[in-house]
Amino acid sequence: MFTRVNKNNAKFVSISLDNQTVKVRKGLTVAAALLEANIGHFRQTPVSGKPRAPFCMMGVCFDCLVVIDGMANQQSCLIEVCEGMRIERQIGPADIIPEKPEDQGTKP
Amino acid sequence: MADYDVIVIGGGMIGIAIGYGLARLGQKAALFDEGDRAFRAARGNFGLVWVQGKGSDCPEYATWTQRSADLYPEFNAELKELTDTDIGYSRPGGIHFCLTEQELEDRKAIIDKMVAAGKGAFDCEMLSHNAVTKRLPGLGPTVAGGSYSPMDGHVNPLYLLRAMHAGFKAKGGSLHAETVVDLAWKNNAFEVTSAGQTHTAAQVVLAAGLGNRALGSKVGLIIPVRPQRGQILVTEKLEQFLEYPTIYVRQTAEGSVMLGDSHEDVGFDDGTSSNVMQTIARRAIQLFPLLKQARIVRTWGALRILTPDSLPVYDQSQECPGAFSASAHSGVTLSAVHALDLPQYIARGQLPPSLDALSERRFHVH
Amino acid sequence: MTQHYEIIVIGAGPAGMAASQTAAKHGAKTLVLDEQRTPGGQIYRAAEANEARQSVELGKSYENGFSLVKSFRNSAVDYVPGASVWQLSHEREIGYSKDGTAHIVTANQVIVATGALERPMPVPGWTLPQVMTVGAAQILLKESEIGIADAVFVGTGPLLYLVVHQYITAGIPVKAVIDLTPACNYFKALAHMPNAVFAMSRIMEGWRWKREIIAADIPLISRVDDVRILGDGAVEAIEYRHKSTWKKLDCDHVLLHQGVVPDVNISLAAGCDSRWDEAQACWHILVDEWFQSSVEGISIAGDSGSIGGGVAAEQRGHITALGALMRLNKITPVERNRLARPYQASLKTEMQVRPFLDTLFRPADNFRMPEHEETIVCRCEEISAKQIREAVDLGCQGPNQLKSYTRCGMGPCQGRFCGLTVSELIGKFSNKPVCAVGYYRLRPPIKPLLLDELANMKNQPEN
Repeated sequence: MFTRVNKNNAKFVSISLDNQTVKVRKGLTVAAALLEANIGHFRQTPVSGKPRAPFCMMGVCFDCLVVIDGMANQQSCLIEVCEGMRIERQIGPADIIPEKPEDQGTKP
Repeated sequence: MADYDVIVIGGGMIGIAIGYGLARLGQKAALFDEGDRAFRAARGNFGLVWVQGKGSDCPEYATWTQRSADLYPEFNAELKELTDTDIGYSRPGGIHFCLTEQELEDRKAIIDKMVAAGKGAFDCEMLSHNAVTKRLPGLGPTVAGGSYSPMDGHVNPLYLLRAMHAGFKAKGGSLHAETVVDLAWKNNAFEVTSAGQTHTAAQVVLAAGLGNRALGSKVGLIIPVRPQRGQILVTEKLEQFLEYPTIYVRQTAEGSVMLGDSHEDVGFDDGTSSNVMQTIARRAIQLFPLLKQARIVRTWGALRILTPDSLPVYDQSQECPGAFSASAHSGVTLSAVHALDLPQYIARGQLPPSLDALSERRFHVH
Repeated sequence: MTQHYEIIVIGAGPAGMAASQTAAKHGAKTLVLDEQRTPGGQIYRAAEANEARQSVELGKSYENGFSLVKSFRNSAVDYVPGASVWQLSHEREIGYSKDGTAHIVTANQVIVATGALERPMPVPGWTLPQVMTVGAAQILLKESEIGIADAVFVGTGPLLYLVVHQYITAGIPVKAVIDLTPACNYFKALAHMPNAVFAMSRIMEGWRWKREIIAADIPLISRVDDVRILGDGAVEAIEYRHKSTWKKLDCDHVLLHQGVVPDVNISLAAGCDSRWDEAQACWHILVDEWFQSSVEGISIAGDSGSIGGGVAAEQRGHITALGALMRLNKITPVERNRLARPYQASLKTEMQVRPFLDTLFRPADNFRMPEHEETIVCRCEEISAKQIREAVDLGCQGPNQLKSYTRCGMGPCQGRFCGLTVSELIGKFSNKPVCAVGYYRLRPPIKPLLLDELANMKNQPEN
């Protein structure tokens, strides 16, 4: 169980995780915020689909990857939360298709 | 008695294909492969099994290439059966991009010429911008068009290399992870020296890439090869978005996208440089704007083995019969023919007349 | 025009902060690039925030960092936090990304101060969610005031005991501590005791931490020579072998640690020569007495060259900068030598404890080279020890061929969490010394970067 050590007054921001609103402490990294919310796994690997969560917390392991505001494979331990941030678990490989220009075909 | 029927020098794409092919014919074969950090063109390969546009000025090369591409399904099945390795081979056809109208026009001239010379054997069509977009959604708006041939395909070159190594071992080949330091022709046999040990064989095949030049001189073969650097960028794994392999961009079965096709004369420097990487990145984005969001996780610089006219060179030494050489930069495409056809000729001691056009002698015609 | 500096320091931990301060003090135009959002490195991470909130659980040695961070903030350097360096060429061209834009900068002298990372600890189950490094737990505590309640600490090394101590002080419940220090290490380490007397206070502190664990009624399980973490999608239990008997402990969180090793990726990518250090069981970057590497103008300060710890890193940072300043003609050789003397003296004292610590906390072979064949070695590409053995059987000679045979080491972490294991495993399977096996050939980008960033790189030199 991830728990807060000092329960003194903190400021909060609202983010969404997989379309659910979550209140998290301001100033935390995305990884720390999601851990404190005890969300379990952060991603499923593109190789086997197995679940993973942060391992090193210092930008080395790439197991904390999530989708932030539509941008895939972001290292959540290096990025700070902010109000309104949209976070999704990173399921498998990065999906870059939605960002293609409107008029050019459909996703295969 | 010699230690082996044949010794292959070089464990890259060409050497291991020929070595595998000789071993599968029942030859007692040994193969010498350099160390972990050798220049390995085989490791920097893009993975195309490519037919279109190759040999527009040399019908024999066009035929040789098409033969290999046609043998690939059989070769793939054989390797899978023998080594249980999926080399990621498929043949959905391939697209050559033309970025400008001028490129499109030049391309059309080459393809027309090849179609005419191929007498129906060569299949390729020109595509407009919209026609390419139909096959490859997400194409950038400024790309003029391209050419498509159903004869093209792709493969995972790293798994191909590993499968051929496994196949060579499975067929009883003897793999020596040692650098060859000397080669000599004595009493109708070849002496190959490595790590203080000498091994003998009735035949020797030089497939040492850029090392062929020096090795050839020891057995009366002139092998005019020089390095040309190519750089490759590899992205993180992405959802499949590219249905066809193309000359600049290829998506692997695992999802990584390879970006490449640079050509630099920088001697034996197999490093990478940020300006060339930037050029490759810009072209990739021009082709597929959605790639902007993809992350580069790896880059690679590798040295192509280039001959004066860029075509392969195959020869047998007249001075030292039994010494063969094979040099080419299309090792992946030619793997099937190198494994299934070429070894038969080598075992027989005679290269076919159809390969005369690819002999080093062609450079002395004038 | 490319932006040019006299000195560029990569990393703002103790070595980087010390180096850049000394560089600026002697008038060198200095740039500091750091991946984190605030200065301090890992050891003094979030120092400013913790000083402000007067945290007590982090202890004295952490508080030593407060003044260093303060004087770093006051020094006349260009400081870019949040900068991810993805290239250092041997011509000292540096590529970095910040906020989605890539930049190229150059320098006469580059000081690499990228510090250390935790040694990979490939045990069965180490890829499960809720398995983290002890260092990660400490980062959560320092930076986010988050504790992991009822975790099992597993491994060896000073950091493990420090963090357990910090947890106890902060009142975070600890489920158990499984100490993997091989029993024979204690005897071997005794031989180095005489040289370690200067650090007696720290050694005693270690013993106090151990006693504190026992006093707090936390199970401290020693003489464990094998572990595996069980669970399907989440940690369920840890099994450990204690005096030849397997025992099972149900738990939700496991924290692993078996020492730290230099983060050598950037130096190796720049072409710096390295050597295998058997005592620390890791690669060291070869440096001269001013910490300059084999590549002219590229120096390695602190733990990114070889492990010396935070205090040594600070001294090394100053000495490295003085060497660079002399090469820039900012100071004379005589001045350099005079200014370096006090740092060299403290460094010498500080390093005397290393042989003792390195010997005592050298992880057992089976925790560096997994014997359970299904254990994942490469976390990114999910390559097991078995697949590595099979590749070696097939004739694979080294890490680079292994990459092409199996994809091992090809993922985004660029081999940082598998490289050491791979070199040692190949050595073991092919009966070769690790120095003969070698390491991955590293190339830029040493951190992933967006294609868009590369395409629109700022200050790209004209050539």
